[in-house]
Amino acid sequence: MTETQPGGTRHADGPFLMDVTALSQLLGALEAAGYQVIGPTVSDDAIILSELGSAAQLPFGWGVELAPGGYRIRQRSDTAAFGHSAGPQSWKQYLHPPREKMWSVDRSGGEFDVVPADEPAPRRAFVGVRPCDLSAIGIQDQVLGRGEHAGSRYAARRAGVFIVAVNCTEPGATCFCTSMGTGPEAGPGYDLALTELVSDTDHKFLVDIGSPAGADMLAQVPVTPAGDGTTGLARSAVAQAADQMGRSMPADALHGLMAGSYDAARWDDVAQRCLTCGNCTMACPTCFCTTVEDVSDLSGEHAERWQLWDSCFSLSFSYLPGGSIRSSDHSRYRQWLTHKLGTWHDQFGSSGCVGCGRCIVWCPVGIDLTEEVAALQAEARQAEAQQAEAQQAEAQQAEAQQAGSRTPGARAGGEQQ
Amino acid sequence: MTSGYAVPAGYAVPAGYAVPAGYAVPAGYAVPAGYVVESSRAETRDTVTLVLRPGRQPIAAHRPGQFTMLYAFGIGEVPISISGIAAGPELVQTIRAVGAVTRALCAAEPGQHVGVRGPFGTDWGVGVTAGSAGVEPPGTALSDPAGKDLLIVAGGIGLAPLRPALLTALAARERYGRITVLVGSRSPAEIAFTAELDSWREAGADVRVTVDRAEAGWRGNVGVVTQLIGKVDIDPAATVAFICGPEVMMRLTARALSALGIAETDIRVSLERNMRCGIAECGHCQLGTVLLCRDGPVLDYARARPLLAIREL
Ligand SMILES: Cc1cc2nc3c(=O)[nH]c(=O)nc-3n(C[C@H](O)[C@H](O)[C@H](O)COP(=O)(O)OP(=O)(O)OC[C@H]3O[C@@H](n4cnc5c(N)ncnc54)[C@H](O)[C@@H]3O)c2cc1C
Ligand code: SF4
Ligand code: SF4
Ligand code: FES
Repeated sequence: MTETQPGGTRHADGPFLMDVTALSQLLGALEAAGYQVIGPTVSDDAIILSELGSAAQLPFGWGVELAPGGYRIRQRSDTAAFGHSAGPQSWKQYLHPPREKMWSVDRSGGEFDVVPADEPAPRRAFVGVRPCDLSAIGIQDQVLGRGEHAGSRYAARRAGVFIVAVNCTEPGATCFCTSMGTGPEAGPGYDLALTELVSDTDHKFLVDIGSPAGADMLAQVPVTPAGDGTTGLARSAVAQAADQMGRSMPADALHGLMAGSYDAARWDDVAQRCLTCGNCTMACPTCFCTTVEDVSDLSGEHAERWQLWDSCFSLSFSYLPGGSIRSSDHSRYRQWLTHKLGTWHDQFGSSGCVGCGRCIVWCPVGIDLTEEVAALQAEARQAEAQQAEAQQAEAQQAEAQQAGSRTPGARAGGEQQ
Repeated sequence: MTSGYAVPAGYAVPAGYAVPAGYAVPAGYAVPAGYVVESSRAETRDTVTLVLRPGRQPIAAHRPGQFTMLYAFGIGEVPISISGIAAGPELVQTIRAVGAVTRALCAAEPGQHVGVRGPFGTDWGVGVTAGSAGVEPPGTALSDPAGKDLLIVAGGIGLAPLRPALLTALAARERYGRITVLVGSRSPAEIAFTAELDSWREAGADVRVTVDRAEAGWRGNVGVVTQLIGKVDIDPAATVAFICGPEVMMRLTARALSALGIAETDIRVSLERNMRCGIAECGHCQLGTVLLCRDGPVLDYARARPLLAIREL
């Protein structure tokens, strides 16, 4: 916890207004408080996440164009720093790294000494966390960092994180956070939340405080209380974004739809397009699956265990002697979609999808899960309709038979003869 | 920095959801405890029972049906059921050599170190006293079948996780009704724990064995284990069944018992999936709605049947 600065109580409520210079000062204050500051920056024609030396590295004036299987950065007409949506990476890179040492063991001297990997968990400030990604962090907390996992490496890293969220005013073409209930306004979990207000003459941020640590940090930068007019402007820009989502999903019915769709024909259809490359699971901010790698040195006295991201799209994921359980492409795509949208509820009490759209953008063949869900829904409706029709026909037949048995003459041509 | 993070609004945890009551990863769950091989006994050509003595610190107490993650130095770690009941803090585990890790474990000699994490998963419910009722996952009622007839059906190495349940029941013989053990094996040479079968009979169990393929000198039953079901007297209303073996064998057995009239909630199976962590964080052991290392491996058949019915789930 940052020490409360003199005058820190000044920021007890908010919201406040902050200009671009103050944003720069905020990043400086975070660094001075011992945080490694991480945020978006332009690199190799993409907006990636990286350690920021200064606010100048933020992607001022850059936006993105998103499409199924397509990602392009573009110059914006304004200088917005956060005028872009989800990039190729997510914050799980930092909280749940792609590869990490778990422990090592030494058996020289006839003992069996296990040493847990104790990388000092750096204190990090995540700057520019989108509402969908804030939810994704909450979901991974539930899986990897809470309750029984309270002592995990994940939990240690998570405990040191300061979050500066950014509300969305300009959703991307593949975004559907509104459907998933995760955006465009950041939910709880942030320390500070910004709403960027940019015009030809002005560049400001409305700042909401989400935690005492957030208040302490904001006390160190020049801000002014936001007037009702500006606050209203910012709030309505975010509210309007809710209606500008490029994609949508029938959120309520997903859990049940997935549970009833295991035999759908659509899985075969999508399996013909899916390369089972696993890109979607790597890009997904909530996918948490891992495998392990055991290595030993030449002496045979020292061994290590490493943890690596894994994907349910790989054949080895479900390996058992006698063959992998999910050997068909069909079953592996089905595992991904039904886990994200369905069985995640059963296993962890929430959806596993936050509507960031990364899996659509980073799929090499442009498979769009919202389209797959729509097709599954159509198939389910059709099956329901057919069933209802069949039931009706059956009922009619039964009625006709009953009527027939009452009129002896009608039986002559009946099947009973 | 934010403490007490709340799941966002759209993600309110539904009222019916709870992490299985009493599900807690034991302290030190993430790193193995060093154990020393005290003894190694060959059960069959490819199966070995190890008795493991804790090095510095034993793992937490376990219940019949639970498993550990056994680590062979530098090679890997695999889920292995606890197959016996030791008087002290020792662990008894029976391993069939089928791949790199299990081969290394089977070859472990007395004095050698192995790593142990656990115990993990749900148990058979046998001997679970009222005080430990909190171990049960929601949706199953794996209570102690006191007063009931126990029907234990094993296929191959599947006898290993059932053995501690059987031994627990035999040690409190008067607590249960009839105890029947049906063992199926590919051939006579592949039956594990053969030396003990008679002692189980003496302790009051009806033990029957069948083999898929007879060999010279075999005078017992030939055929799959489900055929033995017809040969024993079963009172469906008073029986609780415990099944472990290859998945097809479990399905056929459960179906046969269900057809006899045993309630699906009185049929318990121990399921197997790839496992990398044992602590509900690697995702490998998913079987639809459940994580088998947390919600299983022992499930009642009412819960298991719909999951096993979906191909490639
Ligand atoms: C809950 C549970 C209890 C088990 N109890 C026993 C037991 O008491 N005795 C026994 O001999 N075997 C048991 N098994 C099976 C045992 O875990 C596998 O035989 C073992 O993992 C094979 O590993 P391997 O490296 O020797 O073989 P390989 O075929 O080389 O396996 C490679 C890897 O795949 C994974 N894997 C392979 N098979 C299985 C499997 N069946 N289950 C889970 N992961 C697997 C492991 O991570 C393994 O390291 C149990 C499995 C489970 C899930
Ligand atoms: S979708 Fe696949 S990789 Fe992602 S969390 Fe689920 S099982 Fe793991
Ligand atoms: S859906 Fe797309 S990204 Fe995912 S595995 Fe299939 S081809 Fe790869
Ligand atoms: S074995 Fe890793 S989640 Fe169950």
